Order: sequence, then C-alpha cells, then structure tokens
Amino acid sequence: MIGLNDYLILAAILFAIGVTGVLTRRNAIVIFMSIELMLNSVNLTFVAFAHFMNSLDGQIFVFFIMTVAAAEVAVGLAIIISIFRNKKTVNVDDMNIMKW
Amino acid sequence: MVNELQEAAQNTITQWAWLIPLFPLAGVLINGFFGKKLSKTTVGLLACFTVLCSFLLSIACVAQLAGMPVDARRVIVDVFPWIAAGTTKIMFGIMLDPLSSVMILVVSGVGFIIHVYSLGYIENDPGYKRFFTYLNLFTFSMLVLVLANSLALLFVGWELVGLCSYLLIGFWYHKDSAADAGKKAFIVNRVGDFGFLLGMLAIFWIFGSLNFKDIFHTLEINAAVTPWFMGAGTMPVKTALSAATPILGLPLVTIITLALFLGATGKSAQIPLYVWLPDAMEGPTPVSALIHAATMVTAGVYMVARLSMLFALSSTTMMVVAIVGAATAIFAATIGLVQNDIKRVLAYSTVSQLGYMFLACGVGAFSVGVFHLMTHAFFKALLFLCYGAVIHSCEHAFHDAGSHADPQDMRNMGGLWKYMKITWFTFLIGSMAIAGVPGLSGFFSKDEILWKAFNAPFSLTIGGFPLGSILWAVGALAAVMTAFYMFRLIFMTFHGKERLPQNAHPHESPPAMTIALIVLAFAATVGGYVGVPHVIKDMGINVGNESFYKWLEPVFEPAQTIIAEGGALEAIDFSNGGEEVGVQNTLAAGITGLNFAKHGQEGIITPEAGNVAVAHRESENEAAATHSEKQSAHENVALEKKLMNISIVLALLGIFVAFIMYNRNPQIHHDIREGLGVIHTVLLNKYYVDEIYYYTIVLPGRVFSEFFLWKFFDVCIIDGIVNGVALLVRGVSAVVRRIQTGVVMNYALVIVIGILAILAYYIF
Repeated sequence: MIGLNDYLILAAILFAIGVTGVLTRRNAIVIFMSIELMLNSVNLTFVAFAHFMNSLDGQIFVFFIMTVAAAEVAVGLAIIISIFRNKKTVNVDDMNIMKW
Repeated sequence: MVNELQEAAQNTITQWAWLIPLFPLAGVLINGFFGKKLSKTTVGLLACFTVLCSFLLSIACVAQLAGMPVDARRVIVDVFPWIAAGTTKIMFGIMLDPLSSVMILVVSGVGFIIHVYSLGYIENDPGYKRFFTYLNLFTFSMLVLVLANSLALLFVGWELVGLCSYLLIGFWYHKDSAADAGKKAFIVNRVGDFGFLLGMLAIFWIFGSLNFKDIFHTLEINAAVTPWFMGAGTMPVKTALSAATPILGLPLVTIITLALFLGATGKSAQIPLYVWLPDAMEGPTPVSALIHAATMVTAGVYMVARLSMLFALSSTTMMVVAIVGAATAIFAATIGLVQNDIKRVLAYSTVSQLGYMFLACGVGAFSVGVFHLMTHAFFKALLFLCYGAVIHSCEHAFHDAGSHADPQDMRNMGGLWKYMKITWFTFLIGSMAIAGVPGLSGFFSKDEILWKAFNAPFSLTIGGFPLGSILWAVGALAAVMTAFYMFRLIFMTFHGKERLPQNAHPHESPPAMTIALIVLAFAATVGGYVGVPHVIKDMGINVGNESFYKWLEPVFEPAQTIIAEGGALEAIDFSNGGEEVGVQNTLAAGITGLNFAKHGQEGIITPEAGNVAVAHRESENEAAATHSEKQSAHENVALEKKLMNISIVLALLGIFVAFIMYNRNPQIHHDIREGLGVIHTVLLNKYYVDEIYYYTIVLPGRVFSEFFLWKFFDVCIIDGIVNGVALLVRGVSAVVRRIQTGVVMNYALVIVIGILAILAYYIF
C-alpha cells in the first residue's frame, strides 16, 4: 500500500532534483524546466495531502498553481526567446549585465 | 449704568485708534505692490496722505482722551488674539494713554512734515517709490511701537523700526559706505535687542504676562504671582522681584531693568552702543531727520518711560541710567565740537540730547524726559531738514560747477545765508532752541532736566559733591558745548567767507521743503510753552503753562510714588567711603529704599510744588507735607532761579565763543586747534571708539569667525561630517557591491541557502 510518506518522499526528491537543476544547469530552458519540476513536486504534495485528509482544498490550490505556472511559462518563454534573439544564446552565464 | 453709557459714547473714536498705524501700512501695501504702475506723484502724495490720516485720527483720539476723566485716560483696544498658548494669551491690541498719545502725535505729526519735505528732497532720485514705501513702513512700525499694549507687540515694532532703519540707511546701497552703515546699525542694535529680549522674558517669567495693563496692575497692588523659578510657590510680586540673583548679588528687578536699558542704549544710541548713529547719516537726510533724530532713536526713552514703574523699583538701575545719560551727553558733545561733516555734528548732537533724556529718566523725572523728547523731535528734525536743504542745494550747485567738493563738509561752505534765507532763518531758530536760548522750546525742557538732575534722589557723593550736582555740572557743560557747536555750524556754513567752489550758485529749496521747515520752526518755537517750568511763573513771567506735565502725570504717578516713598526694592549702602558702591539686598519683606528715599520725603524731588508725588499721599499727611514743602519750595525756587540763570549765561557763552572763534576772528580757531594738538586729534577721531571696538570686538570676531568658525569648524567639522559620511558609504559599498554578480545562479543559491537556514531554524 502506498502511503502519504511515499508521496512526500517522492515530492521531496523531485523538489531536490529541481533545485539542483536550477543551481547547476546553464541553459535557461533547462532551468525553466527545473523550476516547473519544483512546482509540480509541490503540487504532488498538495494532492497527496488532499487525498489523505479527505479535503478538496489542496486540489483547488493545485488548479491555481497550474494556471499561474502556465501564465508564468508563457511570459518566461517569451523573455527567453527575446533574449535569444538579441544574444543568440540562452546560456545564463552570459546574462550577467544586471550588476554594478 | 449712566456712567457706562457715557463712557461708551466717549470711547467711540478712541476705539478706532488701532487704525492709526494701519493707514501707513495701507500706503506700504499699495506703493509696495502697485507702485510701479502708479505715477511718481501719486506714490508720493499717497504716502503723505496716509500719514496725514494717521495724524488727524491721532488728534481726534487724543482730543477725546483729553475729554475723559483724568483717572480713566487709558484706552485699551484688543484687536485680535495674536498668540494663544494654553492659558497664556497675547492680544494684538493697542493702548492709548497720555504717554502714547504724545508719541503718536510726535511720530505722525513730524512724520507727516518730513514726508512732505521728502517730496521735494528725493524728487529726482531713481529710488523715489522705494523711498516712500520704506518711509511709510517706518511710520507704521513706529506707531505700532508706541501704541502697543504689550511688551511683545512693542518688541515687534522695535524690530520693525530697526529693519526700516537698516533699509533706509542703506537706501543708496550702491555706495559701500551706506551699505556698511546699515549693517553696522543693524548689528549694534542686535546687541541691545538681546538685552531687551532677556528683560522681556524675565518679566514674563515673573509676571506671567507681557501686557502693560497686567504688569502695572500686578505691581500696583503687589499681587501674588507664581514665578517659575526656585520651584517657589506663590509670593507677592515685589518679593519675587527683590530676590537676589547670582549676578553680583543684585536683585532681580535690577537685572531686568538693566537688561531692558541695554536694549534702550542700542536703540537710542547711548554709551556703549551709540557708534551706529553717526554712521547712520549715510542715509538720505529726511531719514536722518525722521528716524535718527525725531522718532526711532527716542524709542529707548519711550520704553524706559513706559516701564517707569519697574525702573523706579531699582535705584541702582536709575542711577546707571542717569550716569550713562549724562556721560553720553557730554561725551557726544565733545566729539560734536570738532567734526566737519555737518550731518555728523548733528548726529553727535542727537546722541548728546538723547543722553539728556535718559538723564531725566534716571533721576526720576520721566515726564521731563518725554518733554525733551518732544521738543527735541521738533528742533532736531528742523535742524536736519535745514541741513538737508543745504546739502541738497550745495550738491546741485557743486555738481553744476563741475566741482567734486564734499557737499556735506562745512569747510566747503560759508556765506550761504544770502542764497537761502528761509533755510538760514529756520536753522537759526532750531539752533537757538537746542542751545537753550530762553523763550524757545529747548530751553524749557533742557533747563528742567538740569534742575531735576541737580535734585537727583541719589545719596552717592563723589569727592564730597552729591551725585546730583555732578550730573548737573556735566549736563550744564554739555549744554555749553551744544551751544558752541551749533553756532559753529551756523557761522561756518551760513556766515563768514564764502569757501564754495568757483561758479557754484546754491539756491533756495523747492516750496515743499521750505514749508516743512517753516512749520517745524514754528513748532520748535512754541512747542515748549506747554511745559514751562514752574519757577518761571514764580519769577513773575506769565507765559505758557505746565499742561504737558499734568497731562503725563497719571502715567508716571505710580513711579513717582515709588521713588518718593522709597519703595525701591533695594537699599544702597554708601557708608563705606562713599565711592565704593556696596549693594545690599533686601530679600523678602524687608523692602526698604533707605537713602534713595530720604530726599524725596524732604520734598526736594518735587519742586513743582508737589503736583507729582506728594499730592497723592494720604490725606492726613497732606497738610503737614504741604507745609514743610512750602518752606523748602521757597528755598528751591531761589536755587532754581540761580541755576537757570547760570545755564542761560552758559548757553550765551557758548554762542559767544563760537562767534568769536568762527566769525569775528577765524584765525583764532586755527590757533586753538594747534594749541590743543593731541586733544583735537582725539576728538576729531571720535576718541577712537570705532577703532577700539574694531580691535577689541570686530577684529577678534572676524579672526575667530574666519579661522575657527569658517576654516576650522565649518570646513573640518561640518563639511568633514558630511563628506566623511559620503566617503564611508563609498568605501563600504566598493566592497559590498561585489556581491551583486549579475549571475542568476548565485542569486538562486543564496535563496536556497536562505530557505535552508530558515527551515533549519524552525526544525531544530
């Protein structure tokens, strides 16, 4: 029987993978995907709790998160595309002009 | 009920007395804001008209005041609340009483004449409109000063006239000397104002009010006050005033009045703060006449007279006032003897005459001081205006003749009388008045001052002579000098050999000016007949009357009573040698004025047959007092006649000496000048007082300012702090900004570490 702990552990693993991806990868698209992974690990947690606690609240949160994430992806990808058009690269190491 | 109705009906005009200062203010606003759109004539006439309105309303108010019962002659109109803080409320209001009525008549009357005169004098000046705006502003300020119902409002007027003085001295601001003189006047006055402010605050401290009415009432009934010092509770006001202070152990009232007197010395140009007045002659001559001779400089005398009740409580202060007055009178007169700039002679003469007024106040003869104030306003304004006419005319004449000679230096004049006869004649009248020639206004007031000084209620003796007789001698000597330097002026400018530059043809002034001269000459002649000393009646000459003194009597009666009854809050003990002034304090109830009182009770202080203080004693004492007085009064009359004859002889002597030296045989004064040598140089250089002040106060002040305040404190400390903070921020940020790498990954890492840290904090 798969219990709540299993879901939580899976979500934690997914989250850690996402964090690692954000911190270590250089490709903006990949970083973006890692962020999505982190968001979905949180979604998983919500759904798991909702199921085991017999409440619909978590499920509804997840809908909101998915909606916002979709919007965020649309904006984020648009930014990445426009950066790519300018710099011919999506390597985040090359995007370091926001400093002193 | 009926009485109330009558009073209400009587008060109708005086209730509008607060409009008196507002007319000139309206002139200021119109001329100041719209002057550029108005024609020159309109501006000038409007300025004169507003002052005329004030003068007419003043006359109406004073006439109504005179119609009231003697004791009720004090009208207070509260116009609006000015400062309200907690229970303290200072009203913006006016007080019309006999003293302020004299002042408003002098200020608006002489002011109007000088406005008219200025129409002619300033006619061709590019600053015409500005001049009349300032002149109106001055009139407004001075009227506020004299009509104020509280010390606070008086101080406002006091500062405003100081401002106007500054603006008008520096009227020709493109001249460095004028701009500097303006600044000097302002700064020297600031020193005096500091004293005034301290005195004022101390009064508020004790009385809890600055209203004259409250102050006088509190003093009169010796009411209980709650002074804010020593955590003391309620006590009678005189006890509070007699409390010893750490300053030489003098009682509080002495410190307060001395501080106020410091303010008076600044405004009224007395030793040690007189130095600004001679320099103030850089202003246009009508300004010198109005502000620096007739009105503003008398504000100090007015203030002392206004607070006579407070001054009378301190015999030390009274003595200081008298001594400073007498010293200034003779000091300034000696300088006036040798100056060559006409206006400077007149300036020193003004300083000297103001000294007489303070001398009168100091010996307790406040009404005589105010009388001299009035007569002086007439004759000194006249003298200034005459010389304004001379200077004006010479300036044009010299200019037309292509000469660069100084039109104010009387060495460039002489024989002018045939060119300008009206000016010459009116000046002669003014000079005779100030010199004390019998029959003219100055004689009556100056002689009365000298007589009062002779009877000064001081027991101090110096070298075996009572202080009073020394004050008299000093005053009489100054009177000789006055006569001498005035007639020196006349002989050097109007008579003798013409020393004018070639082809210079001076001419009589325009009618606006000569009419003003004639009116003032008339006032200077007859102005004295309202205050003829009693002794003249006794001599069988039935001229004039004493109505002036009677008019002022209710104002000064409380002060006179204090002096006569020895109510001063201190006793001066001169027993140890007579020269050393030992001051004993009488704290609390032991209020006695030992020696100060004695003369008063013997009746010497009231030579005008006791119409001042003694008449107001209790009725039982009255008969006895009058009897003993008649005896001493008889001796006094003989003495007074003698002294009067002496001063007449002295005045004529001064005139005669001037005649010999400057007209009969001009060679003599060259010889005398040679003979005097150093003394002459010292006098010509005004005792080097300006230089002494420069090296002891101005120069150290400047060195201190430049090398400490500016180059050290400002540059190092103030700028150092500002620049130091900036440098510190720059240094720190040079290091800290390295954190901002611009690499997204680093920021993400920091966020993760931060989150982990927060989690760790909550979990463990």
